[in-house]
Amino acid sequence: MENRLRLLRAERNWSQQDLGERLEVSRQSVNAIETGKYDPSLPLAFRIAELFDLPIEDIFVSPSRRASKAI
Amino acid sequence: MRARIRTPAWKRYNWRVVWLSLLYAAFLLPAVYGFKHQIIPDPLKYLVAILPAMPIIGIFGALGRYLVEEQDEYVRMLMVRQTLWASAFALSIATVWGFLDNFGLVGHADGYWIVIVYFIGLGFGGLYNKLTLGDGGC
Repeated sequence: MENRLRLLRAERNWSQQDLGERLEVSRQSVNAIETGKYDPSLPLAFRIAELFDLPIEDIFVSPSRRASKAI
Repeated sequence: MRARIRTPAWKRYNWRVVWLSLLYAAFLLPAVYGFKHQIIPDPLKYLVAILPAMPIIGIFGALGRYLVEEQDEYVRMLMVRQTLWASAFALSIATVWGFLDNFGLVGHADGYWIVIVYFIGLGFGGLYNKLTLGDGGC
């Protein structure tokens, strides 16, 4: 799933390891989410949103909305 | 080269596998010796023969426990994919071998070989994860 995680992390000067520690997941998990190779569960998506103090939809791009925009 | 993912749950799983492997050796060696020298009394033969299988079953239990204990959902997904690969690989080999055996084209294989094939399948699963997601898992 397309997302702004890398950008949000870079704004705070956090490494993937830093973000992983804050979310209590591995660096590889952060990388997989950032690159869109893995879609986080709803609880993890909420943890990410709460960490950045943003609504989920400001971090993750809805695949259905993205598809409708493309049309 | 990327480092492997070492979560606390994986470390616990690894220790369990090490201990179970040692237990396997502790059960297997006396059993082989006992049967070879025919010193095991008849009533105990089934028990002694089955004992080495118990730690192997324990490893499957440890694998299940790991999946329950793993808090990192991405790492857990990698292991689930690995175990699915291992199961499909082992069952496929067993099915093919069974037919070949039935038609007399290959020799009969001892049943416990399927466990070894399963562990090889885990390796293939890790390779598949590496090739498709870039992470081999634990």
